[in-house]
Amino acid sequence: MTSYLFIVLGAVLVNNVVFVRILGLCPFMGVSKKLETAIGMGAATTFVLTMACGTSYLIDRWLLAPNELEYLRTLSFIVTIAAIVQLTELAIQKTSPLLHQVLGIYLPLITTNCAVLGVPLLNVGLKHNLVESLLFGFGGAVGFTLAMILFAGIRERLEGADVPVHFRGTAIAMVTAGLMSLAFMGFAGLDKYK
Amino acid sequence: MLAALLVMALGAVILGAALGYAAVRFRVEGDPLTEKIDAILPQTQCGQCGFPGCKPYATAIAKGEADINQCPPGGDEGIRKLADLLGREYKPLSAEHGVEKPKALAVIDEQRCIGCTLCIQACPVDAIVGAAKQMHTVVAVQCTGCELCVPVCPVDCIAMEPIAENITTWKWKYPVVTIKPVTTH
Amino acid sequence: MEVSGRDHQTRHHTLTMRLFDFNGGVKPDYQKEASTQTPIAVSPTPTFLVIPLHQSIGGTPRPLVSVDDRVLKGQRIGAADASISGDLSSAVHASTSGHVVAVEMRLMPHPSGLSALCVVIAPDGRDEWIERKPFDYRYHTRDETRDYLRDAGVVGLGGAVFPTHLKISSGKEDRLDTLIINGAECEPYITCDDALMKERADAIIQGVAILHDLLAAGQVLIGIEDNKPEAIAAMQAAVRARNPSDMEVIAVPTRYPAGGAKQLIRVLTGIEVPHGKRSTDYGVQCFNVGTAYAIHEAINLGQPLISRIVTVAGNVTTPRNYEVLVGTPMKTLLAQSQRLPDTDCLIMGGPMMGVALPSDEVPVVKATNCILAGSKKLFPPPPPEMPCIRCGECATVCPADLQPFELYWFSRAKIFGKAQEYHLFDCIECGCCSYVCPSHIPLVDYYRFAKSEIWAHESEKESADKARDHYEFRQLREERETQERSARLAAKAATSRTAAMAVPETPATENIPVSATGSATPAALIAAALERARAQQVHPKNTTDLTPAQQAEIAAIEARRTEIRTQAHPHLPLDD
Repeated sequence: MTSYLFIVLGAVLVNNVVFVRILGLCPFMGVSKKLETAIGMGAATTFVLTMACGTSYLIDRWLLAPNELEYLRTLSFIVTIAAIVQLTELAIQKTSPLLHQVLGIYLPLITTNCAVLGVPLLNVGLKHNLVESLLFGFGGAVGFTLAMILFAGIRERLEGADVPVHFRGTAIAMVTAGLMSLAFMGFAGLDKYK
Repeated sequence: MLAALLVMALGAVILGAALGYAAVRFRVEGDPLTEKIDAILPQTQCGQCGFPGCKPYATAIAKGEADINQCPPGGDEGIRKLADLLGREYKPLSAEHGVEKPKALAVIDEQRCIGCTLCIQACPVDAIVGAAKQMHTVVAVQCTGCELCVPVCPVDCIAMEPIAENITTWKWKYPVVTIKPVTTH
Repeated sequence: MEVSGRDHQTRHHTLTMRLFDFNGGVKPDYQKEASTQTPIAVSPTPTFLVIPLHQSIGGTPRPLVSVDDRVLKGQRIGAADASISGDLSSAVHASTSGHVVAVEMRLMPHPSGLSALCVVIAPDGRDEWIERKPFDYRYHTRDETRDYLRDAGVVGLGGAVFPTHLKISSGKEDRLDTLIINGAECEPYITCDDALMKERADAIIQGVAILHDLLAAGQVLIGIEDNKPEAIAAMQAAVRARNPSDMEVIAVPTRYPAGGAKQLIRVLTGIEVPHGKRSTDYGVQCFNVGTAYAIHEAINLGQPLISRIVTVAGNVTTPRNYEVLVGTPMKTLLAQSQRLPDTDCLIMGGPMMGVALPSDEVPVVKATNCILAGSKKLFPPPPPEMPCIRCGECATVCPADLQPFELYWFSRAKIFGKAQEYHLFDCIECGCCSYVCPSHIPLVDYYRFAKSEIWAHESEKESADKARDHYEFRQLREERETQERSARLAAKAATSRTAAMAVPETPATENIPVSATGSATPAALIAAALERARAQQVHPKNTTDLTPAQQAEIAAIEARRTEIRTQAHPHLPLDD
């Protein structure tokens, strides 16, 4: 049971996909201008990533491994993820038009989020079983959401700040992201207090 | 090799079928984006954007047929809001569609008006009242300052007058940071 | 009647029991002694009275007089115009008798330095009143009393000039538990309410009694800051003289801004009116002592609001309070108090919340509680603004429990939506934050800027929505007209069709409607209609036996006509 907790906590804080593994920077920079969109993007990614981890584990374990087709992993994973994202989009559009409206263009963009591909591939590398894969995926996604929300909060505030002209916009956002990344490195020592 | 092809083909067929089913199952109509764009537009209905009103322009933006910088009355701020809503880059007002002017009202010179009703027909918001061969006048609170009535007047009796600031519309100015010279002896 | 010692003690006990506290606030240097040494003086009637028509919220009242009219003291010169502002506005009266010399734009006591419509009166020195009839509100309905107060021009004299009749109607739905009379007067230099309470306590209490009756209030609490012992004593004596069981004068601790309506309500009742609610939702209503006095004058004496007490203080030789006719130019008053030569600015209101005036020519209005002359020595120019260091001092002193540094952050960056999320509109602009700011940031100026920008945006949005409605309605109407026109054409066609069917059989019954469900095919009907039209066009009665020249001329005219019609109405069918 404790190992499961460590998987989740490790994925959220210690190995945060954005700040430590430096994955998924495209939506992280693109959708973090406003808090609301950041939260929506985080929620959608959480759903997709958890689903993707489960499905990709099943594909890898029951389809690719028995046929010795491990070299098709990346290809089949990305196709699966694209399909899941599309399904999610269609389902959200039908069931909750409001959420769909809030997420807008960012929903289909989850396909190109490298964190969503990276985490299932890491799952394989770490030889996780189904439950562990799902937890790792969920933890990674929560870490992504956390990073998005923190960063969006800072960027909203940055908008009112007296930033020197040449640093305005993406430049200062990058500096901020670097500083936050440094801060998250601090969690690396967390397992020393077991 | 054959196994690889088979697995990928199988995957493609299954996923394709699932997506195809979902597309039919979760079909939705309607476009809420147009409403949101329309809410940002200033509703002058002036047609300077090249569309016959604000709503058609909003529809065109939503479909990607028109750019966001074609609305002079909305001005710089309107473009920024649209850019913000649509997640596009801000761009300055396109010169071919006109320039941003201070808000003005149409005023009819009632001595020269011949009562031709042409301006009444041109006004998109029914802000001009009058009848054939009777003098017309502008209902100031309804006028959006679109200038559509100006060119149609055969006797050039309509002028656009900028709205003057009064006590109720006056705005506090942005506090000025006073920079003082440092005197050194 | 004398209140027994025991009774008084219990009262005192409940008093100490009941007092609450508001967060924040500051204790500035009050500077009130100078103007309270001498009694209220009556300011002389000036050569010209400039009475602005727009003195309270709502639209500008409609002028009722024109140039050369003779007016009497107390005559209504501006009526609340219901057609513009509904019930919002309040009436304006001539402050003395004389002649109207102009109805024109004059400079207003407003920071903008803009002008507004004013009635300029040359007093004739006779000070002749209109007929003054007391208004017995007990024999009138509440609505009649409201209208009377509106026409008597009674507005809140605490500074916000909110029309009093609007506050009276608001208590209609549910019973008012507590009526609060605000005599706190917390702002430095201002002593007009203090002077009024000291000298005319009885009249104030009579006005309070009227309000008490009108609003059917449960209890009346008169809150006065404890730095005005004479006023408290005078008011207590006046209350005791009338001996009402449920009216109490309460000394509240002196701390700026204890005189803010929400702050005084908090101190006296412990009720904290939350964001977006009104005090009446909690059974509390607050009136200024000056307003109570004006109500007494209007109802018991039949005198509309034409004068008020104004403190003249600051950089003057003899600071004191004056009873001033509304419309008196401020320089008349400043001359009375002998403005010192190094005066470099004039402020209407106090040093915390007041606004700078564009000139000394501007008239005293109903909102003028104080005229403060300033000099470099008295109000040294603020040191340059420094960056916010987020020390949080402003949040500590904010009496509205806001976060001023956040409001400043977003107002400065013009992120108005965020500023509103931080409840910018709960800010009462008391100036405590600017007062304590170690970086000397003029915080209130930023809030005023942000507020007026937001108001402007909102009114733009409102007019855009109206324009959209008008546009959509016009489109709807045009569509309907097109439909009606085609329906009319169809009906016409149908009539002619029946006619065509009827003609061959019984020509005499052409006008009698015949059921159109004949067996003729549409093609045959059209052919018949065409035939009939041709027959009509070819043989008009006055065009038979024409010479070929005449026929050619007619043809040319017809062709020209057709062309003109096509140009004029390209969208209309030619035969319409």
